[in-house]
Amino acid sequence: MKNLRMRVLITLVVVLAAAWFFYPLYPYPFEGPKLKLGLDLKGGVHLVLRVQTDDALQLDTLTTMEQLRETSDAKGITGATFTPVNPTTFRVEGIPQGQDGAFREAANEAQTAFTRESGAGGSYTFTMKPNIVIQLREETVTQARTTIEKRVNELGVAEPIIAQYGSANDQIIVELPGLTEVARAKEIISSTAMLELKMVEDGPASTKDALLQTRGKALPSNMDIVPGASDSSTSGQRADTVFYLVKKVAVVTGRDLRNAKPTVDQNGRPAVSFTLNQDGARKFGKATGENIGRRLAIILDGRVQSAPVIEGRIDTDGQISGGSFTQQEVADLALVLRSGALPASLTYMEENTVGPTLGADSIRSGVIASLVGLVLIMLFMLVYYKLSGVNAVVALAFNLVILLGLMAYIGATMTLPGIAGFVLTMGIGVDSNVLIFERIKEELHAQRSVRQALDAGFSRVFLTLMDTHIASLISAAFLFQFGTGPIRGFAMTLSIGLVSNLFTSTFVSKTIFELVLSGRKVQTLSI
Amino acid sequence: MQIFHNPNYNFIKWRWHALILSWIVIAAGIGVIATKGLALGVEFSGGTIVVLEFEQTPSIDHIRGALDAEKVGGGGQNVVVQRYGAEAANRVMVRLPHTGEEQGTGLTKTKDEVVKALTDAKLGKFKDVGTQVVGPVVGKELTQKGIWATVLSLAGLLIYIGFRFKLSFGVGAVVATFHDLLVTLAFLAFFQYDMSLNVIAALLTVTGYSTNDTIVIFDRVRENLRGMRRDNINDIVNASVNQTLGRTVITAGTVLMSVIALYLFGGEVLKGFAFTMIVGTITGTYSSVFIAAAIVTFWRGKGPARVPAAQAVENAKKKNGKKDRA
Repeated sequence: MKNLRMRVLITLVVVLAAAWFFYPLYPYPFEGPKLKLGLDLKGGVHLVLRVQTDDALQLDTLTTMEQLRETSDAKGITGATFTPVNPTTFRVEGIPQGQDGAFREAANEAQTAFTRESGAGGSYTFTMKPNIVIQLREETVTQARTTIEKRVNELGVAEPIIAQYGSANDQIIVELPGLTEVARAKEIISSTAMLELKMVEDGPASTKDALLQTRGKALPSNMDIVPGASDSSTSGQRADTVFYLVKKVAVVTGRDLRNAKPTVDQNGRPAVSFTLNQDGARKFGKATGENIGRRLAIILDGRVQSAPVIEGRIDTDGQISGGSFTQQEVADLALVLRSGALPASLTYMEENTVGPTLGADSIRSGVIASLVGLVLIMLFMLVYYKLSGVNAVVALAFNLVILLGLMAYIGATMTLPGIAGFVLTMGIGVDSNVLIFERIKEELHAQRSVRQALDAGFSRVFLTLMDTHIASLISAAFLFQFGTGPIRGFAMTLSIGLVSNLFTSTFVSKTIFELVLSGRKVQTLSI
Repeated sequence: MQIFHNPNYNFIKWRWHALILSWIVIAAGIGVIATKGLALGVEFSGGTIVVLEFEQTPSIDHIRGALDAEKVGGGGQNVVVQRYGAEAANRVMVRLPHTGEEQGTGLTKTKDEVVKALTDAKLGKFKDVGTQVVGPVVGKELTQKGIWATVLSLAGLLIYIGFRFKLSFGVGAVVATFHDLLVTLAFLAFFQYDMSLNVIAALLTVTGYSTNDTIVIFDRVRENLRGMRRDNINDIVNASVNQTLGRTVITAGTVLMSVIALYLFGGEVLKGFAFTMIVGTITGTYSSVFIAAAIVTFWRGKGPARVPAAQAVENAKKKNGKKDRA
């Protein structure tokens, strides 16, 4: 008796707790069922991006190459050519024989991350070490992910999901529930937002050649040519592309920013003002102080936005203007600058948008299918197993309540395939009852008493049920591994349903039988 | 109430017929797949799906005409235009193949073209309520992952059942399950259902679920092997299948009820899933009775159930005059 009371207590506590987790009545006013819905049900956008990690490798290789060029220049090595081969390799050719030793010495620093191979005629090939490649790729993806996280958070989307994904782990999934401005979100997420402030050596000029005329037609190794738009406000015409010759090394970059916010420039046009951090301000103050009267190019993603003349020493504040920005663009630019630059460019690979009406319809049809399935199964169990069918129906109802409660408790997401898993749980759930009941029938046929038959039924079938449930859980586990979002929701729902079914079909169902039979001499069982 | 009263069908006798029937279905499926190919969902083939909601009842022909005129997505056969969901919802699904630009900034180019073509054609007010665009690389990776997930879960089942029962039982269950996958794929090919992620999910669920009946029968075989140890293995297996026949049919029946409800009322997206589950449940039950049990009898020979393994092999050789199957 005491044992039975305990069993009833456990059953009630579990079911009531589950019901509470799924539908808490406190704090009042309650907001309805507490179940996380997937994008396919509540609407939103699901994006898959690939991080072009090669970009980061390329940048690192080029930087190393430039440093090596500078060191060898400093050591007086002349006549060598430096060429990038691919994102992880560059070649140095034409090292004069006498300076070979000096070059090897210069290359020492590069060799922490690169392997050096010597070829004929004073040529060398530098290749990034495999472990460095892997490390750099990983860092790039992680950094891209954190940057995207910051940007999405600033977008103010509730409960976004940002996760790394893919066999090479170089893909990022971004899920934004309930978002309607998909195009803008995509723009903000993938804009590289590489800000560089560089000293202008020459320009603007209308062609690249014009810039090189005075320099013997060759681009000096420490300089770059960057395109930009001519200031359209003065000419009043459509902006033409102009070119600037700038120092390769930036005075400050986006990394030195402390803050950026939308503002208006002196002409009242939208612009972005930025504040530098301490380190950036020191560098910026020094450079502007020394170069009064020269132009400073403000370069965003490889394009000069404006190149104002430095009129005095500037420490912390600057402004990006000149482009014909709209209000929205300025707000977005400030946002991406605040969140920092992406370490590599991103490519969109997949997009899935579900409108809220489509999601609501899916929920409605899911609920109808669940109800129809439930009624069919309950009717069958009641007709086929008579009063014992009531037992199975109660167990099934508990099963579903526990399933929903557990999902709400662990924060699992209900998706459209998850609804399919829910409906399937009903069909598979009563299987356990069927197996137990059929066994009981068999024992009754073998002239055993009702109590013996019940005990034998539950105990003999228990191991079989363990086996069938574990077999199903095995395939659900691989399904979880395989899928993303919606499919994971299905695997999750199915697995939780299986576990709660094991509890309701063995423990709860047995308890109900015992509760009904306790203290009675029963000769027959309605089954 | 009972479906079967002391059934005593000779399933073992019919095992060859069953095998032949299965092979015919599977071969026909392979034939269809070889000639027409499996219809791939957009997740696998890549491409664009746009769901449009019109204010008035739209005409499929007009929409198709407008898209064809602009040659959106290459036009012609490659573009699918279908009603989507309930009549009253006035929704239309347009599915377009890859045009080679669905990457990076061009990802939604095809979708934009659809919207533009239909706006220009003045087919009434509409809005796009859902879009799915999948680049070409994704599908390849997904196919590989799907195959691996299936193979690994079959391996997992083989190990688990082999460990809980005997290796021969594990092989029987896995071969039966593999059979179910092939038959289900064949039916998906016959009815030209798109291989979508949901269908793959259903296939993997079939993998798990179709072993359930098999386990129940095997459990009985194991129980009977103790009680009827002097009987012929064929008789034991046959008796076990008969004894569990009622529950095998009922359990499949309840699952069928739920997936048929899903098929009829669950909405457009879950149709493929529900269809796969319906076929999988039926063939899963069939294969548990005819295939899984038969494989155990093939494997363990025709001798008494409890003879040493080596001798059982000898017996099998003598009686069958065939190659050693063990």
